[in-house]
Amino acid sequence: MAAVTDIKPPLSERPSPLGWARKYLFNSLGNSLLTIFSIWLIYTVGIGLLRWVFTQAEWQVIATNLRLILLGQYPIAQVWRIWLSLLLLAFLIGNSLAIWGKAGKTAKRFGAGLVAFPLLLALTAIGAESRGWLVGLSAMLILGWYLGRPATRTLRRVVAVGWFIWPPIFLILLRGTTPAEGVLPIVGTNLWGGLLLTFLLTVVGIVFSFPLGVFLALGRRSELRIVRWFSIGYIELIRGVPLISILFMAQLMLPLFLPAGITIDRVIRAMVGITLFSAAYLAENVRGGLQAIPKGQFEAAHAMGLNGLQTMSLIVLPQALRLVIPILVGQFIALFKDTALVAIVGLLDIVGIAKTVLAQPDFLGLQREVYAFVSLLYWVFSYAMSYVAQRLEISLGVGQR
Amino acid sequence: MKNSNKPIIVCRDVHKWFGDFHALRGIDMEVQQGEVIVIFGPSGSGKSTFIRTINRLEEHQRGDIIVDGIELSHDVRNIEKIREETGMVFQQFNLFPHLTVLQNITLAPMWVRKWDKAKAEEKAMELLTRVGIPEQAAKYPGQLSGGQQQRVAIARALAMEPKIMLFDEPTSALDPEMIKEVLDVMIELARSGMTMLVVTHEMGFARAVADRMFFFDKGEIVESGTPKELFASPKEQRTKLFLSQILHH
Repeated sequence: MAAVTDIKPPLSERPSPLGWARKYLFNSLGNSLLTIFSIWLIYTVGIGLLRWVFTQAEWQVIATNLRLILLGQYPIAQVWRIWLSLLLLAFLIGNSLAIWGKAGKTAKRFGAGLVAFPLLLALTAIGAESRGWLVGLSAMLILGWYLGRPATRTLRRVVAVGWFIWPPIFLILLRGTTPAEGVLPIVGTNLWGGLLLTFLLTVVGIVFSFPLGVFLALGRRSELRIVRWFSIGYIELIRGVPLISILFMAQLMLPLFLPAGITIDRVIRAMVGITLFSAAYLAENVRGGLQAIPKGQFEAAHAMGLNGLQTMSLIVLPQALRLVIPILVGQFIALFKDTALVAIVGLLDIVGIAKTVLAQPDFLGLQREVYAFVSLLYWVFSYAMSYVAQRLEISLGVGQR
Repeated sequence: MKNSNKPIIVCRDVHKWFGDFHALRGIDMEVQQGEVIVIFGPSGSGKSTFIRTINRLEEHQRGDIIVDGIELSHDVRNIEKIREETGMVFQQFNLFPHLTVLQNITLAPMWVRKWDKAKAEEKAMELLTRVGIPEQAAKYPGQLSGGQQQRVAIARALAMEPKIMLFDEPTSALDPEMIKEVLDVMIELARSGMTMLVVTHEMGFARAVADRMFFFDKGEIVESGTPKELFASPKEQRTKLFLSQILHH
């Protein structure tokens, strides 16, 4: 096949810039006018935007409040704990890329991007200490990569275990264990904020809503009537109300029902709300995948003597989930952005922090700068999720169907 | 071929309804160990439904089915035990597209029979060699031709070391040039002494290895006998007509 695509089109059709423009931009009077109008529009808007970004915008507000936007009011003396967990994470990512990326081109390119990113950030105007940590991140990625190269079975297992123990390690480091004087003084969740909080809400939402959603999807197809009714009732109830009302209920109404003296942390309440909300949508998406699996797959599995649980977990779910990866990723990206709603119930995620920054007399009237930066942060991470998912799809799709 | 007096499959007065449609109207059949049974008949005659009741892919609503001494009832343990002893090959192959050929074959032995991986893979390679495609072990089903997929499906069913093999129109979805490669495998299997129930219109296969043939029509057994009897002198008019249609086209 390669030979066929190597053949160049006839001379008359080989693209020259002028020929290309004539063919696609100026092939009729109407299109020519449209092209000219569009160029004018792009130019005016683009120039205006560039002028604002480089000459008028007061980016000082971002630089001054950067730590607040990223970490909220997390005590400055304890920030090393977050950096330390990030170092571990970088090491794990480097390891995993070397092991599961099979040292392929994609893995290398992806790894190089990840190594370059902190180094680029280190070049920006931030403190010397952060710069050191950022360089450390890149170094850990590279170290992880080289140590992961042999990709032996033991190594594989160790790294898999690493991924399981990283989240608890991170949470312990983040929250601390000892009262004020010890090595790891407790940092209350009221001090967690900014991008850190947004991430936490997203990751917890994804990790817990995924199994819950899968169970609900299976429940909706169950032959047990009570299970089926419960699943349908739950899904339809949750899908019928907006996320913001669920968050309000979790924050304001839940305490009314709890016995006096028992309180649940506000951040945890938000996490629960987001998880319960997301699970209902996830269940419907997964159900779509389950319905796409032909009846013959169930019959073949049953005929071989697999029981119901084995049929689901070994045959049906792996195929169904693979089918819905693009939809699930879309949902997770939406979830990431939806966490912004917690700002309305008073949590200080990125948007909540942005509001507090703008409330300070020093930074009045700088909405454009602050929200432009917040949007940029959301975009960078949403796009990263989407990119990783595309890669995952390609690598899982090889040789199938 | 009949080397035992105790039948391995006993069906007595088996009835099945799909809603108002009476799909099986009192099927009686006894199959001895090692027998090769060919079931044929017009479409909608209940022949597929019948062999699917034997491993409970379809539930019968009246009558008794006893497989290898185990009575098919609502008891899930009995159903699973019978399914372990019966292999099934489908018209549409029904291989698992997300698993390799080797994984397709080792799955049930590892999860149902609890064999270790090495033993299951050794058995799988032995079976792939038997059906003539050991070199395809690492491929995914989607990369194989229909004939190769069906041979993998046969190997997958044999991997559980079943006592009975059920074939539900195994060659009907295949291109003509691939039918032979699958039939050859089935003929070899029949000669090795496997008990087989085969729903098929491949009369060459029936003539070569079938011990008895059953002609189904409208949910009933119209006529049964050895291939010689049925081909040479069918007693019933319906059998005669049907055989003449499928033999002379």
